[in-house]
Amino acid sequence: MITGILGRKIGMTQLFAADGTVVPVTVVEAGPCLVVQRKTKQNDGYDAVQLGLVGPRPSPRRLTKAVRGHFEKAGVPPTRTVGEVRCEEGDAFAPGDKVLCDIFNAAEHVDVVGVSKGKGFQGVIKRHGFGGGVATHGSMFHRLPGSIGASAFPSRVIAGTRSSGRMGGKQITTKNLEVVKVDAENHLIYLRGAVPGARNTVVKIVKKRAKTQAA
Amino acid sequence: MDKLLEAERQALRGDIPPFAPGDTVKVHVKVREGEKERIQVFNGLVIARKGGGVRETFTVRKVSQGIGVERTFPVHSPVLEKIEVERHGVVRRAKLYYLRKLRGKAARIAEKRDA
Repeated sequence: MITGILGRKIGMTQLFAADGTVVPVTVVEAGPCLVVQRKTKQNDGYDAVQLGLVGPRPSPRRLTKAVRGHFEKAGVPPTRTVGEVRCEEGDAFAPGDKVLCDIFNAAEHVDVVGVSKGKGFQGVIKRHGFGGGVATHGSMFHRLPGSIGASAFPSRVIAGTRSSGRMGGKQITTKNLEVVKVDAENHLIYLRGAVPGARNTVVKIVKKRAKTQAA
Repeated sequence: MDKLLEAERQALRGDIPPFAPGDTVKVHVKVREGEKERIQVFNGLVIARKGGGVRETFTVRKVSQGIGVERTFPVHSPVLEKIEVERHGVVRRAKLYYLRKLRGKAARIAEKRDA
């Protein structure tokens, strides 16, 4: 069984439930995807399917020979986006096979992997949720990080101390989003809640792993 | 963006009659009481329409036992059984919030007569 698909975030909107409750949803255009490579336990150490997201074609001039050869071997027209999703050992997937958004059903729960919006260089309040100081009464301490450690001992800042710096633009996985609706005709999946990244960000939608028996 | 709009358009209701601020409407609302479902009518003057697409809402005002009551409904909500337009009013602005300060004769709105 294939566990996921690549897609493009379209944006957010809302749907109504039957009782009139408003459900916030993110619309993701998922697929169609083509299988570019089948990775097997024998060959690669794990079982997976490499997918190419069908969309605007990359300019042939810009493809390296290695990439072009990789697609030629699969007999698939080159795609801009390639990603991998896990599958099971005996699964029969061959290069060129289509993967569509109908692998998901409404009411199922999925995880979504994407790259979050870049926020640039941010202070400690926005980046790590520090409290900051009071704004008035002459406090002179507003948005500073405060103490970053003791003095002579240890004479250094402990590694991993939260500080200001680049925020966002990182891979984020949002877990456990409910699939509200699947529109197979238009390749659209409606997910309850927010999905990482800006509009048009490439995201990977993955089925939730089956829970271990203890859970 | 276009695809988002298209996805949204699918969720719109096609059976909503055209109405505008200043119009008097009867809004038939489905109300669930335990197992039973019944229709409640909210009759009043549309004082605003806000938002666009599926997010569009409208506000209806009525004066009930001397107390002004306003309810805001999403235009495309499945809770609305139907909307009946009783009369079209002549108004010169999109939001009729000024009516909140007026009562009685002053709060009347002239009916639109088609030429």
